[in-house]
Amino acid sequence: MIGFFAKRLAYLVFTMLVVSFIIYTISEFTPGDVARKILGPFATKNQVELLTEEMGLNRPVFIRYFEWVGQTLSGDLGYSTRYKTEVNNIIWGRLYNTMILASIAFAIIVPASILFGIVAGMAEASKLDRTISVASIVTTSVPEFASGVFLSWIFVIWLGILPGTSTLDTGAGWSIASQLVLPVAVMVLYDLGYVIRMVRASMVEVMMRPYIRTAVLKGLRFREVILKHAVRNAMIAPFTVILLQINYLVTGVVVVEAVFAYPGFGRMMLEGALSQDIAIIEAGALFAVLIAVVTQIVGDFGYMLLNPRIRFS
Amino acid sequence: MTGSTKRPVLELVNARISYFTRAGEINVVPDISFTLHEGEALGLVGESGCGKSTVAFAVMNYLGGSGRLTGGRILFEGRDMQKMSAAELRAVRGNKMSMVYQDPMSSLNPVMTVGRQLMEVPIIHEGASEAAARERAIAILKEVNLPDPESVFERYPHQLSGGQQQRVVIAMALMSEPSLLVMDEPTTGLDVTVEAAVLDLVVRLRETRNSAIVFISHNLGTVVRICDRIGVMYAGELVEEGPIGKVFRDPRHPYTRGLLDCIPVLGSDKRSAPLVPIPGQVPPAMARPRGCVFAPRCPHVVPERCSVGDIPTSPAGGDAEHLVQCVREPELPDYRRPQASGPIEAAIEASEPMLSIVHLDKVYRQAGGLFDSAGGYDVRALSDVNLEAQRGTTLAIVGESGCGKSTLAKVLTGLEKATAGKVSLGGVEIGDTAVENRSRAVKRQLQMVFQNPDSTLNPSHSIGYAIARTLQRLKRLAGGLANREARGLMETVKLPADFVARKPRQLSGGQKQRVAIARALAGGPELMVADEPVSALDVSVQAAIINLLIEIQRQRGATLVFISHDLSVVRYLADRVAVMYLGKIVEAGTVEQVFAPPYHPYTEALLSAVPIPDPDVKQKRIILEGNIPSVTNVPPGCPFATRCPRKVGPICDTTPPPELRTPGGHRIVCHIPLEELTVVDPVVKRAS
Amino acid sequence: MTTDVRNFGATRPRDGKLARLLRRIALLRESPVGMIGAGLVLFWILVAILAPLISPYDPNANDFEIARDWYPSARHWLGTDNQSRDLLSRIIWGSRTVLIVAPTAVGCAYVIGCLMGLLAGYYRGWVDLVVMRISDIILSFPVIILYMIIIANFGPSAFNIILAVTFIAAPQITRIVRGLTLELRERDYVAAAKMRGESAWYIMLVEILPNARGPLIVDACLRMGYTTIAIGVLGFLGLGLPPPDPDWGGMVKDSYALMSTYPLMSIIPCMAISSLVVGFNLLADGIREIGLRD
Repeated sequence: MIGFFAKRLAYLVFTMLVVSFIIYTISEFTPGDVARKILGPFATKNQVELLTEEMGLNRPVFIRYFEWVGQTLSGDLGYSTRYKTEVNNIIWGRLYNTMILASIAFAIIVPASILFGIVAGMAEASKLDRTISVASIVTTSVPEFASGVFLSWIFVIWLGILPGTSTLDTGAGWSIASQLVLPVAVMVLYDLGYVIRMVRASMVEVMMRPYIRTAVLKGLRFREVILKHAVRNAMIAPFTVILLQINYLVTGVVVVEAVFAYPGFGRMMLEGALSQDIAIIEAGALFAVLIAVVTQIVGDFGYMLLNPRIRFS
Repeated sequence: MTGSTKRPVLELVNARISYFTRAGEINVVPDISFTLHEGEALGLVGESGCGKSTVAFAVMNYLGGSGRLTGGRILFEGRDMQKMSAAELRAVRGNKMSMVYQDPMSSLNPVMTVGRQLMEVPIIHEGASEAAARERAIAILKEVNLPDPESVFERYPHQLSGGQQQRVVIAMALMSEPSLLVMDEPTTGLDVTVEAAVLDLVVRLRETRNSAIVFISHNLGTVVRICDRIGVMYAGELVEEGPIGKVFRDPRHPYTRGLLDCIPVLGSDKRSAPLVPIPGQVPPAMARPRGCVFAPRCPHVVPERCSVGDIPTSPAGGDAEHLVQCVREPELPDYRRPQASGPIEAAIEASEPMLSIVHLDKVYRQAGGLFDSAGGYDVRALSDVNLEAQRGTTLAIVGESGCGKSTLAKVLTGLEKATAGKVSLGGVEIGDTAVENRSRAVKRQLQMVFQNPDSTLNPSHSIGYAIARTLQRLKRLAGGLANREARGLMETVKLPADFVARKPRQLSGGQKQRVAIARALAGGPELMVADEPVSALDVSVQAAIINLLIEIQRQRGATLVFISHDLSVVRYLADRVAVMYLGKIVEAGTVEQVFAPPYHPYTEALLSAVPIPDPDVKQKRIILEGNIPSVTNVPPGCPFATRCPRKVGPICDTTPPPELRTPGGHRIVCHIPLEELTVVDPVVKRAS
Repeated sequence: MTTDVRNFGATRPRDGKLARLLRRIALLRESPVGMIGAGLVLFWILVAILAPLISPYDPNANDFEIARDWYPSARHWLGTDNQSRDLLSRIIWGSRTVLIVAPTAVGCAYVIGCLMGLLAGYYRGWVDLVVMRISDIILSFPVIILYMIIIANFGPSAFNIILAVTFIAAPQITRIVRGLTLELRERDYVAAAKMRGESAWYIMLVEILPNARGPLIVDACLRMGYTTIAIGVLGFLGLGLPPPDPDWGGMVKDSYALMSTYPLMSIIPCMAISSLVVGFNLLADGIREIGLRD
């Protein structure tokens, strides 16, 4: 067990180092130098050179990289040119906002996907299965901006019962709760179908296993066969997939936040990217990868707990 | 045996079973009837695709979504299974009728402890309390001879060996004292010594319980051990049924005779009793011939009588216990096992060795993880192997799974490199040369036939490409010439030449194996390594392939290294035999020497474990306890010491045994003196 | 039990390659869902091919005569966008953008992914370790953020979109191909090929890769769907193709602010992209279902 965590921790540190180095070099070495990105297109050549000198940008990349790592580790995430403030002043609030959105969506996606996936998978090729399968294929096929458009059209323009933007500002008369409905709906629509299909595929596979036949021929009721023998096995494979959705929900919601002007992490990343704000991109990407690697480790650990074949080997 | 006072447990009355697919109805079993009385054991045998398992699952009324009983009735204790409600069916299943499955590992729930799975039975059927159910579970585990039942109770299925898993499945089936037990190939896939122990358990349980048994098997020998009666199935029909003794001594249906003629029996060899394969193959269910299904393959066929109308089932010679479905039954000659028509010359024992293996070791290094301070461990797959094969002869290597016989094949073929020792092929050292570095001459000289017919040919390539490409690579033949020779090779292996255009999936298992032999022959090899080439095939096909190998070997004077777990086949085919256990050769000699005393204790146990399809053969019973130790943990002394019934004392555990040698060249590696090993009785004796 | 059914009819009549291919395609008839998917995809492919013939206007031409009347009319069946460009024509030409960029990107990703996957799975050992570590690291980035970093730094262009998609999809394909290779390399026909002295490249490309095609075809189809979404999303975020050439995502971005008065301007490109992705995904599902039965 200690070996397991030691291994994963080493993996985490290694990944973070490599990833941070890649992000650092990509942002610093792409067309247009850093000083130019900071000063914008109208600065004179002289100003750019001066800033380059001032920031020490003409020193070797490794040295600057390690300085940057040191800074980051000490809690200094740099200065955002887009928001004209320390990154620290902006990123935590944005992360918090996105977390709210993500937790609501996650709380809906997990039980719903397990329920629909199991119900569909326990009777493969039944009418119910076909309906759930096709519905989940269709909903995952609609890009988030498209479902945002469709839902806005229905609920905002046509019915007028929900706000078209979710700026978390109650000034316009819409409550925070009502502002969260559409973003969450879009996230759930886009993500739910994918998870349902994973759970269903696993369930279908489990239902074909001989031990299910053993359970039936033991004289168990169908309900008991499903609940006692099938579900536990069917949850092993999709467990990791479900956890990985946290990644998407926290750091992949750029589009949803853009559609609804939601002041979250994704929108911050988008604005940073569009205005080539290096500090925001670097800090944001680091957080995104950190969350991804941590969920992966948690996923591996949970998988191990769920599967006695790995637990006792 | 079928005392009329006994009450019938199971009756099949003109049962007709079909599967429904997109292509329409596939009638797998057209019409089958039999009756099973309490305490009786009926063995159903036949080749794959004969509908044995379909009958088994129909009896359980569990044919899946697409299967259905489309005619007749199946009565369990007099009640029509079709008319039972779901609740009634549940009350019967797992309680009054239960089942033991082919693959025990996958039949047990991997995420539930063995104990929990057992406890379910009394809990659902008798409403037992947790504590009572637990007690019952542990008691039954004890009864099926599992060591330390309390600990097995807490374990997960993957923590048990295959034999232990099957004992758990049997325990689960017997917990509720069922009146009917359906066993579907319960020992298929188990090693022969493990199989013997499981069969022995079933025989003992039959003495104390009164369950009737339907025992499904493709292996006639296992049926002889367990059953009172045997039913022979062919293409969904029960062609012959009767008491074991009568059917085996006087088989009345030509298919039964064909089956017996193509199974090698311990004690017979290629020089005294040839195997006679059944020509053709089992017809598909969609294209069942009119009249007798076996007629197209039957040597006794008279078309105007056999292929016209339904063939009635009638008592053979007026014996109501012995039923046969054959119109010509009364006219058939008495059954005699086939004899060699003329004297066949013994294999040429040339003095010149084709292959010689000296002190061969193969150690796999299992890498440890990044944080593993031990830095991995060694797996000793082969240790100090010494063997020789004379030109033109067959050397067989036998042993159970994990004994290293396949590793030996890989080292010979260069798919793995030897760790130490020498392997020389006609004087050329090849042991430390991987196949990529071997010269073309060596590659031509040494070719291999693989075990699994489904994996031996690339499904994306045509048969012709597979062979022609080999000819191009090994003989440097140009395309047109290679194609022409490929057609020639097809004829050598007795396949139609225009099969070259087919894809592997259009071929049956036996045909694929023939193609694999043709491919191995392409370079004109002097040594062929065949790794279990017939173990995945049905017996009638197996016989044909074995005969083909013998014939090719005779024609070409090639040397054959034949790797097998099947002692009957080895006895039939081999000139010299080496017995392996845990990477070591424990006994080696000519086939006559190895199959007669003196025996190595392991060989003796193996021979006693082989199921023999002949009720008149007396066979010593040696049941090995315990599991084969893992290759990562080979005992320091004799590898067999942990299971040996003739263990001398602590010396067996600590000191590697010496190699005993008879003047005839028979080698046995054992601490027991040769004289003592010599004075045992032969394991297999024919009564009368 | 089911093996009984499968074993029957092992041999089928032989015939030409083309006939077999046609028969396999015809198999799709048995999956109604797959048929709908194939129909949608085929529809858009035809639209893309025939764009110059069926598009009523130049997609980039501004129709100044209609002034600010952007609603559908006899002149502009679906209306125009906010620069008075014919919406129908822009949708038709937009399909070309997607159906050129997506297959190219997926194709590039497949070439690299198959190569890396084959090498890792075939040679195992350190090759595997290096390849898999690299893919793991790329895969640990959230996809959309990776897109943003790449496009933001290299600038929006068709070439950079293809680059980004390849960079992100190749490791995923590598994983799939590696898994299949690890399994297929143990097959006896691979050993047989080694024994006749075939090179490693021959074994990987001729013996192993063709037998991995089943799962890969399904995956490629799904991936076409993801890529279509990705292209749309990049366009919507303003990281897509530079104007004025039409791309569906970009069309939504330009019109989204006007949704309350001109909803069709946003809805129509959204329907176009959704129907194409639905098509790819349903087709993948149909192929998978039929592949399982085969």
